[in-house]
Amino acid sequence: MLANLRQLFRYRGLIQTLVARELKARYRGSVLGFFWSFVNPLLLLLVYTFVFSTVLRNRAEGVQPYAVFMFCGILPWTWFSSALSESANVLISSGNLIKKVMFPAEVLPIVSVLANMVHFSLGLVILVVFLVYYQIMPDPLDLLWFPVVVLVQFLFTTGLALLLSALAVHFRDIKDILTNLLTLWFFSTPIIYPHFQPEVQQYRLFFDLNPFTHLAISYQEILFFDGPFGHWKWLMALGAGSVVLLLVAYALFDRLRDSFAEEV
Amino acid sequence: MPVIDLDHVTKVYRRHGHRRQFATLKSALLTGSLVKHLRPDQTFSALRGISLKVPKGATYGVIGRNGSGKSTLLKLVAGITKPTIGTVRVEGRVSALIELGAGFHPEISGRENVFINGIMLGLTRREIMRRFDAIVEFAELEEFIDAPVKTYSSGMYMRLGFAVAINVDPDILLVDEVLAVGDEGFSLKCLDKFAEFKRRGKTILLVTHGLSMVERFCDEALWIEAGENRTTGDPKRVVQAYLADVEQAEDQHLAAEDAKVQHTPVTAASPGPVSEPTLPGATDVAAADAEESTDEPDTEAADDDEVPADMFAAKEGRWGSGALRIERVTLEGDDGPAHVFHTGDPLTIRMRVSADHPVDDFAFGISIFSTDGVCCYGTNTNIEEMESESLEGESDVVFAIDRLELVEGTYKIDVAAHKRDGFSYDYHRLLYTFRVKSRTKDVGIYRPSHSWRFSRNVRFKKPDDTLETGDRGPETEAGGPK
Repeated sequence: MLANLRQLFRYRGLIQTLVARELKARYRGSVLGFFWSFVNPLLLLLVYTFVFSTVLRNRAEGVQPYAVFMFCGILPWTWFSSALSESANVLISSGNLIKKVMFPAEVLPIVSVLANMVHFSLGLVILVVFLVYYQIMPDPLDLLWFPVVVLVQFLFTTGLALLLSALAVHFRDIKDILTNLLTLWFFSTPIIYPHFQPEVQQYRLFFDLNPFTHLAISYQEILFFDGPFGHWKWLMALGAGSVVLLLVAYALFDRLRDSFAEEV
Repeated sequence: MPVIDLDHVTKVYRRHGHRRQFATLKSALLTGSLVKHLRPDQTFSALRGISLKVPKGATYGVIGRNGSGKSTLLKLVAGITKPTIGTVRVEGRVSALIELGAGFHPEISGRENVFINGIMLGLTRREIMRRFDAIVEFAELEEFIDAPVKTYSSGMYMRLGFAVAINVDPDILLVDEVLAVGDEGFSLKCLDKFAEFKRRGKTILLVTHGLSMVERFCDEALWIEAGENRTTGDPKRVVQAYLADVEQAEDQHLAAEDAKVQHTPVTAASPGPVSEPTLPGATDVAAADAEESTDEPDTEAADDDEVPADMFAAKEGRWGSGALRIERVTLEGDDGPAHVFHTGDPLTIRMRVSADHPVDDFAFGISIFSTDGVCCYGTNTNIEEMESESLEGESDVVFAIDRLELVEGTYKIDVAAHKRDGFSYDYHRLLYTFRVKSRTKDVGIYRPSHSWRFSRNVRFKKPDDTLETGDRGPETEAGGPK
């Protein structure tokens, strides 16, 4: 296990290069190029602002401006869901690498997670602009927690990505199940509604069991809501769970590794 | 101390038979059979108990038919797959020229792809930087290196992949049939590169169908057949053994084809445009009718034995009145029936003919066609001014060629028994096939017996050094200076 992690560290150059390639290739040929990474979340945020301030006015208490609140949860969710759906396919679509070259397969899902993390951080820039515009000032002490949330989400996502990518080689249907599962997951997580809504409180256990609830609440508390970051215990628990998940996923990935070259 | 050491390696591939039906995770989870699903229910051994030791600095060739397990062997050495049984030990940096340009991203430029590919193959950024110019120069892509790889032709793509892989500077180079890359010039460059590798004491494992490459380059060769070691040792000997086996298999294949043909009945129906006026019901029982049909106009058939009226429209088939039948046709070499011959070998075409009633007007003809329909040679007894007198019952007609002066290729023959004016008794169109093999890759349709002579100041290297020039092989006349 440790040897594996050490190996992974050795591949950092490869991972770095592949992430860069992923990002470069993404917008190659478009006029705005890399700026799309900014423009996309900006447009998304503008659409939400328009919809929820004009078409579907949302006057819910404590979550105003609603578009910004929602964006705090949607940004990390987009990272999470894109990384997972890409991972479910990544070993299969890179079949020739796995079949024909001596290639560390685990690099591929990790690259998916990291490339989407870069998009996430660029989206953050847009979010910050809007927070400043609406004069929402996060507590500087809370902000210290921000890298921790990102790290926990990274570990959690990577664990799931490794698991899904390895299983998807054997069960191709995972890809299709995942799309629908992610939609369900999105609506079961307090992202477009606040966690203190009475309905959420009613099914408290159900929401608490959803790992992404704690990530979403953490982001919202740190960036959007006033007051101290009170959700850290849950976050730490999730962090510990994520480490276990990652180790188990990596072990399973390793077990199935030899079958990839044959099954892909 | 071998740098590649395979010890009784068996590789079993799994085939999941029932997976097509129940291939969902859900059903696997529901029935709790996840583990069972991952277990194979059919297996296929790609390699069986292969042992192989390649000493440092050796060039080792692996030959064998398609699907014999050559590539699996290479993948095991490359570490892409693991053996099911046995051990694989490889020492040193390995570069596998298995799939060139695997991992190139089509959208980004050749330059960036060189870096990414290099890093995938285990180089550092700095090492690539240092070799970059050499790589681009080798790939001959100076002008296009900044264009996206998707705009490359497949040749350019492969060249770039090859250039990166070969510049990794491996201790062990694994080569899988990649010299089909690029044009003539590039192939030569690749060969030079291999030779340079060899000189520098690097180990090369070469999987190829290019047998001359194996003979020329390799120190040792392995022939695998259906995953098993057939023979190892001196490349020339292994290649010869392999070739002999391939010929034998071809022979069997052609013999099987012929066996099918021998049962083709004489058909009354004319085959396409090469129409032969034949009588209704002119099969075996039509012998009696044959005599009466002589006065029928028969111009087309008259041409047919020498220059077919329309060779391209000609189809395989058999037709004729049947008054005189060719019952069996055998091709014979020195040692009895054969279908594969070497240039210069004798070839005998033996026809067994039979006539139910005495026939006095007959001629026998033979034509040899290349696969593209060119008549290489055609003759008949009438052209050669033999006057028929009588024939009755069973008899043998033998057409003997002392030396088969044809270039390498597949040939088909027509044999016919007909009246002297061309009316067919039994015409076998392109029904028999034989193959000519030659170590000399000369071209054309006919090889005149020949030799070369030079004045004293024209000198050639000894035949052994110039394997590619085609002046070797005991069976060729076109030897070096005499």
